[in-house]
Amino acid sequence: MNWGSPAEFFAMGGYAQYVWSSFGVCAALMILEPILVRKRQSSILRVLRRERQAERLDSQ
Amino acid sequence: MNNPIIQWFKYGSPQSFYPLAGKMIPWFWTLAVAFGLAGLWISFFVAPTDFQQGEGYRIIFIHVPAAWMSMFLYIVMAFWAGIGLALNTRLSGMMAQAIAPTGALMAFLSLWTGAIWGKPMWGAWWVWDARLTSALILFFLYIGFIALQAAIDDPRRADKAGAILALVGVVNVPIIYFSVKWWNTLHQGASVSLTRAPSMATTMLWGMLLMALAFWMYSIAVSLMRVRAIILEREAHTEWVKNLPEIQGKSS
Repeated sequence: MNWGSPAEFFAMGGYAQYVWSSFGVCAALMILEPILVRKRQSSILRVLRRERQAERLDSQ
Repeated sequence: MNNPIIQWFKYGSPQSFYPLAGKMIPWFWTLAVAFGLAGLWISFFVAPTDFQQGEGYRIIFIHVPAAWMSMFLYIVMAFWAGIGLALNTRLSGMMAQAIAPTGALMAFLSLWTGAIWGKPMWGAWWVWDARLTSALILFFLYIGFIALQAAIDDPRRADKAGAILALVGVVNVPIIYFSVKWWNTLHQGASVSLTRAPSMATTMLWGMLLMALAFWMYSIAVSLMRVRAIILEREAHTEWVKNLPEIQGKSS
């Protein structure tokens, strides 16, 4: 174990701003990307479901 | 029809790949999270402080995997684009298109984390050395591929144009990889290579490899998610898409 206390951990031996801005941006983008892809999937599904329903109404 | 080659072609159709990808996605997410947690644990709590770079070196635990993935994904993207160009298979172009944004993300992350590491260690966010410049070109190639495909309305034509760009750009990947050998760069040489023992502490190496596996699984998972959306967008007017259970839904 390298750290005596949580404060020491977050200080990263004086490199806090560099380490946390690297890991922070990386984590943020890797959470954001799947959310955006999921949105893309659900929006095309919504369009297709609507078209399907329109076709059903037409055929009635 | 039991020929194994024909079986492979079967999964080459969007219709059979769509549900297969859907089944694979949760597995790759599970692996990505598991490798990621193990990798982060080692990166922060097991790997020792570097005697030269202090704690700042921990940035390499994401920098190196991101840089590796940016190059690897480019090759995979160009491979699928090339297959699409040669065999005119529908799914190949969709795969290439699905990989591009994730590759661009990895290229961006390698540049971002590299710049942030460079400031305290080199004293500069950026230098125009061969490694950094060729990595920046890789990022632009991804952006160019995405922009070119977005600019062409007909998806099949977009696939073809993109494929040529992707294939020409492949030449940049070995340039990035060997840049630290060919030119006198500020960027250090490879600490991990296939041909000799790695020149770093074993725990650091494990941390980096686990993070690389996590990035790899993440890239597969998110690319599969994206290719499913692309399949639906492009095949919207086919019967099999209209008959999918998630579109049929509960008849209201």
